[in-house]
Amino acid sequence: MEYTEKHVLAVKELLYKMADDQLILGHRNSEWTGLGPILEEDIAFSSMAQDKVGQAHALYQLLHDLGEAEPDTVAFMRNEEQFHCCHLVEIPIGEYDFSLIRHFLFDKAEQIRFELLSSSSFEPLAQVARKFRGEIKYHVMHADSWVKLLGKGNEESHGRMQEALKEAFPMALGIFEAGPYEDALQEAGIFQGELHLRQLWLEAITPVLHAARLAIPVDVDDVSAFGGRYGKHTAYLQPLLDEMTEVFRIDPAAEW
Amino acid sequence: MIIQSLDPRVTRSKIDQEKEFQPLQQLDQFETYEVFHQKKRGTQHQHVGIVHAPNHELAIMFAKEQYSRRGQCVNLWVVKTSDVYVTDYDDADIFETTPDKKHRDPESYKVMDRIQAYKERQNK
Repeated sequence: MEYTEKHVLAVKELLYKMADDQLILGHRNSEWTGLGPILEEDIAFSSMAQDKVGQAHALYQLLHDLGEAEPDTVAFMRNEEQFHCCHLVEIPIGEYDFSLIRHFLFDKAEQIRFELLSSSSFEPLAQVARKFRGEIKYHVMHADSWVKLLGKGNEESHGRMQEALKEAFPMALGIFEAGPYEDALQEAGIFQGELHLRQLWLEAITPVLHAARLAIPVDVDDVSAFGGRYGKHTAYLQPLLDEMTEVFRIDPAAEW
Repeated sequence: MIIQSLDPRVTRSKIDQEKEFQPLQQLDQFETYEVFHQKKRGTQHQHVGIVHAPNHELAIMFAKEQYSRRGQCVNLWVVKTSDVYVTDYDDADIFETTPDKKHRDPESYKVMDRIQAYKERQNK
């Protein structure tokens, strides 16, 4: 099937929201570097944060191939209303329980999204999705291990994980806020859509949360964290962008 | 005075310089696990170091990041350090060989004469 102009817009929108999610969460998670709970976890979490920024770069590169600006410019020169990330990734790192639950909820969705995209009709994206399969699989294994251990741990660890889940779950639903081109993506075989992804995600997180003895919040149609895909963000995004881009903006043309 | 740092995470934490800090209470530590990695299928696993971890599953997760990130690896083993039986250094004498067991060393093989002769020829 030949792509029309609308399909190209749809691909771009999809790439922007995926890349922005990865970049912002990668930056957030890197805030744990040097402050992690134990050395080994600090190294693992930092490394995964770096992976996320790398994945974002690969997606921004695809956008550049479609005529958008250079990856660095796109990543560092936009203001918050030009970002398509969901609210979940913007929230400060909080305590480690929150960061772990966010890592669990987000990476599971990301894994399934990339799995679906690995057979996308948009071949450059399918290739990127296949390339990062192993990397993302490790992220999910890591998240699952901690969630199960702490969920079943002692009263304090269980209570903290349950509270963090209660807080993060409605925000995680914002990942699946429908974009403006859902129909175009589906008819051209580019992506099966956010609703389909949400369904697969719920099926994937449920057994792990059960094994962790954590209760899953029931309202899966909560839209309180919607808006991110349309440039409406929490108060936490712009300060993050200011901090992230501080050095780049001193001299955007500098050679690194 | 609140500490102003180049690291914005430190500044954000609003740490009072004048305030006296109590050292953190020492908590229980995770156990250590010995890590072995395999570079290629069919080759022997090699000991590469240890990780601290709360269980085997996370020991594998940590070992992957610490010992296979920059090198080739196809498989990992982790073993609780406490499950490894070790000899005592006081018993190191069990490894010593007595002179009358020299026949176990390759020096006493007949072929050694020829090897020795070859070496001497090379040295001339």
